Amino acid sequence: MMTVDTARAGHMLEQAHWAARGYSTFDAATVQRIVAAVADVAYANSQRYAEWAVQETEMGVVADKVRKNQACSKGLLEFYAGQDFVSPRVQVQQKMVQIPRPAGVVLAITPTTNPVASVYFKVLLSLMTRNAVVVAPHPRAKECCADAAGLLGRAAEEAGAPIGIVQVVDEPSIPLLTALMKDERTDVIVATGGSDVVRAAYSSGNPALGVGPGNVPVMVDHTADLKAAAERIVASKAFDNSVLCTNESVLVVEESVSSQLERAMAHAGAHVLDQESTDRLRSYMFFGGHLNTDVVGKDASWIAEQAGFRVTAKTRLLVAPIESVLPDDPMTHEKLSPVLALVRVPDVQRGIGACRAVVRIAGAGHSAAIHSEDPRTIMAFTAGVPVLRVAVNIGASTGCSGLGTNLAPSMTIGTGFVGGSSIGDNLEPAHLLNWAKIAYNADISAPMDSFAGLDPAHAPSGRTPAYPMASNATHSSISASALGARVEAAVSSRLPHGATEQFRDEIRQLVAEELSQLLKG
Amino acid sequence: MMHDYGSFSFDSKAEVLERSKEYWNPDKTQFWSNAGVDLVIDKREGYFLWDMDGRRLVDLHLNGGTYNLGHRNPEVVAAVTAAMEQFDIGNHHFPSVARTALAERLIQTGPVGLTRVAYASGGGEAIDIALKSARHATQRRKIVSIVKAYHGHTGLAVSAGDDRFSKMFLSDRPDEFIQVPFNDLGAMERALIGRDVAAVIMETIPATYGFPLPEPGYLEGVKALAGRAGTLYIADEVQTGLMRTGELWGITKHGINPDVLVTGKGISGGVYPIACVLLSDRAGKWLTEDGFAHMSTFGGAELGCIAALKTLEITTRPEVRSMVHYIADLFGAGLAEIRGRYPDWFTGIRQNGVIFGLEFNHPEGAKFVMRQLYEHGVWAIFSTLDPRVLQFKPGILMNDALCDEVLDRVEVAVQKSRDDARTGSGTAA
Ligand SMILES: Cc1ncc(COP(=O)(O)O)c(C=O)c1O
Repeated sequence: MMTVDTARAGHMLEQAHWAARGYSTFDAATVQRIVAAVADVAYANSQRYAEWAVQETEMGVVADKVRKNQACSKGLLEFYAGQDFVSPRVQVQQKMVQIPRPAGVVLAITPTTNPVASVYFKVLLSLMTRNAVVVAPHPRAKECCADAAGLLGRAAEEAGAPIGIVQVVDEPSIPLLTALMKDERTDVIVATGGSDVVRAAYSSGNPALGVGPGNVPVMVDHTADLKAAAERIVASKAFDNSVLCTNESVLVVEESVSSQLERAMAHAGAHVLDQESTDRLRSYMFFGGHLNTDVVGKDASWIAEQAGFRVTAKTRLLVAPIESVLPDDPMTHEKLSPVLALVRVPDVQRGIGACRAVVRIAGAGHSAAIHSEDPRTIMAFTAGVPVLRVAVNIGASTGCSGLGTNLAPSMTIGTGFVGGSSIGDNLEPAHLLNWAKIAYNADISAPMDSFAGLDPAHAPSGRTPAYPMASNATHSSISASALGARVEAAVSSRLPHGATEQFRDEIRQLVAEELSQLLKG
Repeated sequence: MMHDYGSFSFDSKAEVLERSKEYWNPDKTQFWSNAGVDLVIDKREGYFLWDMDGRRLVDLHLNGGTYNLGHRNPEVVAAVTAAMEQFDIGNHHFPSVARTALAERLIQTGPVGLTRVAYASGGGEAIDIALKSARHATQRRKIVSIVKAYHGHTGLAVSAGDDRFSKMFLSDRPDEFIQVPFNDLGAMERALIGRDVAAVIMETIPATYGFPLPEPGYLEGVKALAGRAGTLYIADEVQTGLMRTGELWGITKHGINPDVLVTGKGISGGVYPIACVLLSDRAGKWLTEDGFAHMSTFGGAELGCIAALKTLEITTRPEVRSMVHYIADLFGAGLAEIRGRYPDWFTGIRQNGVIFGLEFNHPEGAKFVMRQLYEHGVWAIFSTLDPRVLQFKPGILMNDALCDEVLDRVEVAVQKSRDDARTGSGTAA
């Protein structure tokens, strides 16, 4: 179905394609300058967008979103400092030279849970690798995301990036997203969101880097520093009220240390529920086996109140003891809220079994955490639980996302083949480009020429694209920018583009209906 | 192979040509055969045309911008198709929803000072309306245009143009229609000094004359002179409008707010004819005095208005404006490269946005190039009033792969046409 919105979005991709073509010729110094300028602006606005995101989505915690925004701006810049995704790499030993080839147009689908951090992250990764990016935010976070993407795009252009290098769909909808994903001008889709969105990305016919949902088990064994483990788990679950897909979902603890751990957690701000409250919580949080999306990213005390019991306002986390990890109990599923299921097991071996069961329910290829001092247990755990990253003695929310570990800091967690994804790592710049390889005859008798100092990239000579001055314009006549201003002045008004209000209303309604099923983002 | 078009059919292209000569226009039909351009357009889509023989051509003629958005642009076609459930041409005597909506949009997006819209069925009629409006507003009769001007073939428009088209029909009126050389402000000043000229009519870049560019300051000077002489400035933006210069109206790049602006051709996406005249309060005075003074059954046809609204919406998308700048940049650089390889033959490039006049070193040079382009899959036309110059008019929605392909084809055609011109083979028509 071609609507005004889809047609215009197609033109966004087209413009992005032109921008990517221009940008792919830029040299490392220019790219670095652009990336730094964008990261600076992003960083400076961390607080503002954290507040805006919480207000718009009614999810998460401002202070934690600030931290994520900072990590996804300056943090990224620092993490990748010194890495060059632009210049050729000469490998004299192998008699090869590699030249980076950017993907082109990245379609970045961003979720409602980590809205602006994801925009920052995907925009910066795209810019580092000389791609253009079209951001398609979740409808429930569209305003803060559109504003942030717009700001980053302007910063990029002011620093010399081609016009249209960062664009954003300001009225996202399911049909529009589908059209964008299928459009041949999309070179790669980076999809973060509900599993429906990810599956749609993979079935679009375009290359996609989609990641599956998480459902993170965390195991604490008898060797662990229980006080530290308790504090870390509570902090991790409280972090942005558990909206990161790497947040702990089910805590598996060895019986022998369980009550000690629970006491320490209570001390750190957790509230361990009794049977009755657990039942109330379960029936409030799930109906028909589905998560009540109202709870996503909400405070623990608010959730308790909705469920029909009271906890103190300072409570950061609700711990719901359950008997065993069976899929029939919805508490074993992903909850994206400061609610943690708790299972006590007799020994490590059965603990690993329980964690396997958690991941079997959901979250294959995603993340897990373990608190232990025994490398044999950690090894057995990692071998046994089919995930692709195990955070050790650190909270999973941040640790598996590369905050506080040396994993790549990322808002997009690859779940690998086991998790139905084409990438198994935390998404990083390297995923957004290919390398063209110059390969010489390996025979010793065939010499390899020197490529020292050769680089096909260059600094742009001016604006990309140049403003279309008449070819007989003289230097004494008017400058391009003055000409632009003159045209603005000569035109009485530019209309708001796109659809009429009534049409927009129809779209909005349609979107609301379609999205109600997969709002979990 | 039978060519079945539903309500009619032909056995072959040869049959079409034969009957075209018999029933339609023998001279024109023969002209193209002689020129080596044996084109009868069959299928058309995007920036491609297919000859009846099945050969594909990239359209860089675009009928002067009519197919700016490509042939049968799917958005425009969808808008008109949907509208046909409810609309037809309408009744030109009455106020109409479509005419009102389009007029409002044209004024909102147009140069400052233009306040009303009058409609025509085509560019020529629109030019006539512009000239009549100026005559009424000033109560003067004279019209000044440039030597080699081309504004269409209707009554007043044809008189304002080169006498190549007016004399034959005894429609040249040199006493009322004065022509001055382009880019000559002195001549313009002399023409206006008597304060008896109703309007100066200028194409922002004269298309049919091969897109010679106004020298910096020329149009601005003309506007100033006209203002001083109480003469209206009519901007014919039929070919230079609609984002072809990288701005919606080429004239705004000169900082000129014309008294009248005429648009046609591409305004309705090539699917339904309409042309529009945007008038200032002064120029549009007759619309408040006697609204029946100009009438045209098909002028402002409602289906045309709907096509135009959609076209205007697409054209004014910021993404599209930016794309035009990219296309202009790519072709500018690519053509300059080719020119650098054939400097003795390909002697100059006139460019403003995606409007190009390519100059060749032969009085009929563009005809050689046109023919070789045609042989190599591109349809672009020479300039009728200066056949040294090829009109090169890429569409505003062309993608970069097609731009690259066109440049490859141009390179071959430029080389081969140079050889043709040297040996005198493949003579121009
Ligand atoms: C600049 C200009 N003005 C006016 C016209 C007349 O338009 P039409 O052929 O629709 O009558 C043309 C047609 O080629 C033109 O190029």
